[in-house]
Amino acid sequence: MNSIKYLYAAYAATWIIHVFYLTTLVRRYSRLRQQLKDLGKK
Amino acid sequence: MKRLFPILSVITAVLLAYALNQALAIVQIPGVAPTERTMGDVQRIFYYHVPSAWTAFLLFMVNLVASVVYLIRRNPKADAVAVVCAEVGVVFCTIVLVTGPIWARPVWGIWWTWDVRLTTTLVLWLIYVSYLVLRRFSDSAQTPVLAAVLAIFGALDVPLVYFSIWFFRTQHPQPVIGGGGSLDPRMWHVLLINWLAFCCFAFLVCWSRYRLEMLQREVEEAHALESLVGAGAVSAKASMPLNRSPR
Amino acid sequence: MNLWAVTLATLKKDIRLEWRSKDALNSMLFFSLLVVVIFSFSFDPTAEESRQIAGGLVWVGFLFASVVALNQTWARELRNQVLDAYRVSPAPPNSLFLAKALGNFILVTLLEAVMAPLFIVFYNLRAIGPAWQLIPIGVLGTWALVVNGTFFAAVSIRTRSREIMLPLLLFPISIPAVQAMVEATRIILSGDGAARFWIVLLLTYDVVFTTACLGLFGTILHAE
Repeated sequence: MNSIKYLYAAYAATWIIHVFYLTTLVRRYSRLRQQLKDLGKK
Repeated sequence: MKRLFPILSVITAVLLAYALNQALAIVQIPGVAPTERTMGDVQRIFYYHVPSAWTAFLLFMVNLVASVVYLIRRNPKADAVAVVCAEVGVVFCTIVLVTGPIWARPVWGIWWTWDVRLTTTLVLWLIYVSYLVLRRFSDSAQTPVLAAVLAIFGALDVPLVYFSIWFFRTQHPQPVIGGGGSLDPRMWHVLLINWLAFCCFAFLVCWSRYRLEMLQREVEEAHALESLVGAGAVSAKASMPLNRSPR
Repeated sequence: MNLWAVTLATLKKDIRLEWRSKDALNSMLFFSLLVVVIFSFSFDPTAEESRQIAGGLVWVGFLFASVVALNQTWARELRNQVLDAYRVSPAPPNSLFLAKALGNFILVTLLEAVMAPLFIVFYNLRAIGPAWQLIPIGVLGTWALVVNGTFFAAVSIRTRSREIMLPLLLFPISIPAVQAMVEATRIILSGDGAARFWIVLLLTYDVVFTTACLGLFGTILHAE
């Protein structure tokens, strides 16, 4: 059935968006940790 | 408290996997959602589309409460909760607006329809994106107050939006995405289990984002303190950026 | 201090100042004219469908023109640190807000008075329904844009890129009001149905948001 494509697309899109957001969180977190470390050293 | 996060993560992962299975009927265990009569298997998008919408609305409501609490008490933690819920809410709202058209296309042959729920979701998304833009573009001293006020305006707006589109639709009917009518009890069960799973997931994401927000504020304070020390306004000993009592 | 006395005094001062140097006013009037002309080129006025979309065109035109007007609301105050003076004065903050909102209302109505005849001429508009209803629609619709616009202009002055911030905040919140204005105008022009619901919705919108703006302006003014 052709419309099954849409079902998988929807579920995939959901998780792609979630993973994308979580990746930005992780990146911001490591950047902040680095900044804090630099400030502590000074 | 520290161990709670990993434990909750595992529980959430299991819940999500179970809910996913019930929605897609990958493994035929009792309670999986049956195939819908008119729309077929595509209808299963419903089990991700609707819980995402409910989660987004829930997060926006928490944002509203946190904003009001902030305006009354000026507690910075309330402001942190507000920004966290707004951001994660926008993520879930985006998912609703993406899965909606993906569902509509095979079922109705159109990508979009100005039906009440989808349009209200779009307006909510616009309001909260403007909220996040405001937060990014304003100076950090005033941001919490301005953002909280905007959240209140948004909350006042949403019922008016819903009402106006509802009336418009009674005059110009169009297909409704998300399905109307009663639901098979097995479908209800799968819907609710997916909602529970996504609520747990949203909670974990919010928790992580909250920790990030607190870290960000710590860094900002450390920066500010450092520039004060540099200017000679505060003695170096008095400024210990990593050794502050928790707020 | 009496709210209305201060409001009127501030309003008169603003009008006097604006009248002395008509530069801003003239450029806004010219902008409004340009908007109508551009729309007339983009959306064929001779087609029968124009009657259906004319309501939308008119109000979108008004919306863009009003953003230009709203963006300069607080410019003078910012230049001369007047807001700080207001914060410490005993005058109620709402009088400042009301004065600004009323000033903007007069300004935007003036712009609409320029644009409306042009739209009528270019699009050969005729009101098939009760034309008198266009007056409450115009008044309520303009107030809906102006009251929130003045408020968000005050919010935007504390941000970077303040000119773009105003429409960014105003447009999403204004969606139900714009829909009401457009639908009501379309109904009056095409005589198709009753505009009463939309007029009541506009009135509700105005009451809700005027109250919200008056209630929260003090908070915004003192946000530091």
